Amino acid sequence: MARPTLKEHVINREWCKGCGICVYFCPRDVLELDGDDKVVAVRPKDCICCMMCEQRCPDLAIEVITERKEDG
Amino acid sequence: MQDNVRFIQGNEACMEGALYAGLNFFAGYPITPSSEIAENLSFRLPRLGGKFIQMEDEIASICAIIGASLTGSKAMTATSGPGFSLMQEGLGYAVMAEIPCVIVNVMRGGPSTGLPTSGGQGDVMQARWGTHGDHSIIAVTASNHQDVFKMTVEAFNLAETYRTPVILLLDETIGHMRERLEIPEPGEIQVVQRLRTSVQGGVDYHPYLPREDGRLPMSDFGGVHRYNVTGLYHDMWGFPTSSPEIVHGLIRHLVDKIENNVGDIVRYKEFYLDDADTILISYGSAARSARHVVKSLRARNIRLGMIELQTLWPFPYDMIREKCKNADHIVVVEMNIGQVVRMVKRAVDAPDRVVLANRIDGRFISDKDIKGILRVIQGKGV
Amino acid sequence: MAVKDYIRERFFPHMWCAGCGHGTVLNGMLQAIEALGLSKNEIVMVSGIGCSSRISGYVDFHTLHTIHGRALAFATGVKMSLPKLNVIVPMGDGDALSIGGNHFIHAARRNLDMTALVMNNRIYGMTGGQFSPLSGLGVIATTAPYSNIDHDFDVVEMATAAGATFVARTTSYHVRQIKEIIKKAILHKGFSVVEILSQCPTYFGRKNKLGSAVDMMAAMKENTTPIGSKAKKENPDLIERGIFVQKDLPVYNEEYDKIIKRAQAAGK
Ligand SMILES: Cc1ncc(C[n+]2csc(CCOP(=O)(O)OP(=O)(O)O)c2C)c(N)n1
Ligand code: SF4
Ligand code: SF4
Ligand code: SF4
Repeated sequence: MARPTLKEHVINREWCKGCGICVYFCPRDVLELDGDDKVVAVRPKDCICCMMCEQRCPDLAIEVITERKEDG
Repeated sequence: MQDNVRFIQGNEACMEGALYAGLNFFAGYPITPSSEIAENLSFRLPRLGGKFIQMEDEIASICAIIGASLTGSKAMTATSGPGFSLMQEGLGYAVMAEIPCVIVNVMRGGPSTGLPTSGGQGDVMQARWGTHGDHSIIAVTASNHQDVFKMTVEAFNLAETYRTPVILLLDETIGHMRERLEIPEPGEIQVVQRLRTSVQGGVDYHPYLPREDGRLPMSDFGGVHRYNVTGLYHDMWGFPTSSPEIVHGLIRHLVDKIENNVGDIVRYKEFYLDDADTILISYGSAARSARHVVKSLRARNIRLGMIELQTLWPFPYDMIREKCKNADHIVVVEMNIGQVVRMVKRAVDAPDRVVLANRIDGRFISDKDIKGILRVIQGKGV
Repeated sequence: MAVKDYIRERFFPHMWCAGCGHGTVLNGMLQAIEALGLSKNEIVMVSGIGCSSRISGYVDFHTLHTIHGRALAFATGVKMSLPKLNVIVPMGDGDALSIGGNHFIHAARRNLDMTALVMNNRIYGMTGGQFSPLSGLGVIATTAPYSNIDHDFDVVEMATAAGATFVARTTSYHVRQIKEIIKKAILHKGFSVVEILSQCPTYFGRKNKLGSAVDMMAAMKENTTPIGSKAKKENPDLIERGIFVQKDLPVYNEEYDKIIKRAQAAGK
């Protein structure tokens, strides 16, 4: 079985309150708050799909969508 | 003795009435003079597959019966003055969330711990206004065991019909007195069952949208409809709102569903009113002495009549005004400093004709006490 | 099903402040329920009053939002009346242990089969930051402007002493542990207590100059340690996380079913 890889971060800008929890605790510095204090995935390539941002978000505002790619 | 005839306490008559009405959940906390209701139910309910639980206090007790009612149970608690005080917040919740349940208050002398083993009728106004905020309430009472049974069934019926808590105000004298009770056959007294929604699963159900006839069909917790129940002002799905229109509509509904149905809700008895120039108005145990006085004075051709109130709230203003319009004197007999008498004064056309015959020393009001007042009224001195 | 399938989306974004730990508790709890594959119709959530208690409005179960401190008493009625239901009772620290303290210890003692969650932010959030019985000495609150002299108690020790048969603690930082512990708590037969340390950046954080929600969560990571860890031996001030009690004792609702059988046998 292949490891899941990132398809996309789905961010609900209506729900995100810009608390920064996902940004700060992301192990790979993938996320940032923009000028409106909403989260954006600025370095998606670095994402290791640990899901911590999705699981910790107090506002259920970020989802990490993954896919499984076969090796090679 | 026949199988269905008992010689029992009023508290037991209340319990029998509750079981007849389909009670299957009781939560309570011991307090004199109501404890026999809990004790007897702890024995009887499990035999019928029902549930009895002794809670940590009266606050918990009323909360538990509300929770049980939401799963479809017919639920009741029983207490006396101090415990009834503790229940007031929960009572208001049941009013707001429209949860059918029955709260028995076997009144004793108050305020505070007062006179635990003496009768009193001092909680009439507390039943009406004990919980905070505008609201309406149903409270019923009874003066003898046959009526205690009947009015207990009635309390459950009203709770189900109007989706509301109903208070059964008994008193120590009735609760502890032994008297004959003939338990009616099943079907003899109508029992109102929980009105459940016919809305199927998957179809939008509105727990707080009254039907055309004003009734609100329920759906048991655990069933196919998931909705919210709250003490906050709420919309027809039960979700909090502070929209002025919805708030206004809900408080009106809560009050109107009772006040607009006074005619259907009110129960009373009348004796010798046709030609009465003096009318006694009484309720609960005090009405027993009032009855005796009427009987004995009628034998001497004194034109005395009587109204026994069985519904205290909503107050039967119209009925009282109508029945008392030709009376020269109206004497309210009660065991408090004057609670129902105020309502009667409000109801009648000439309030100055209304006087109070009461006792507030823990002793049961006697024929003599009432006759003394009647002599004063009739100008015969004390 | 996904976590989103268990919420009432139309009420989102929810009413909690940015960074409020209660939202993470909601998130973790829903992950647990999803992992257990529970059906929405078998869950009754009963809550009291407080920021924390508003959680019941956001989940698509049978929800009963009651009065301050009394959630467990309502829940007792629900569970006793219909034991097949899965009853979950989230509470604030004030809700559960101040005004509701009596119900809390007696529910624990009775060992009814239900799950109590204490969302402990050490403050009265809803009413604007007054101290709670969990605030602890030295804390600043709107009713303790000179610092709090009211001793706190330990929820885990309290619940254990009162007889809860499952007692655990975690924090809003440790969301995977929230999920794992709540799963076990729900599966446990008997009264389960899960204390989840949660941050209130708006009142507790601001009054006590603890920084942002992020700072408060980082502190939870720093100040806690797994039960019996080496770190705890070196630094006794660390707060332990994990499952403290997990034992089988007769469950009230099941014992009552036996009472019914006995009563019915005697009545024949
Ligand atoms: C009987 C009663 N007393 C007081 C209040 C006011 N009140 C509402 S919530 C609350 C405390 C909330 O604190 P907590 O339970 O810790 O929850 P939080 O808001 O911090 O999540 C208080 C005192 C009330 N609603 N009812
Ligand atoms: S944790 Fe959630 S609410 Fe906070 S910034 Fe990230 S996405 Fe937004
Ligand atoms: S999944 Fe992990 S690595 Fe990817 S953005 Fe979220 S927290 Fe960062
Ligand atoms: S006041 Fe505190 S507890 Fe309440 S929502 Fe805001 S952060 Fe959360």
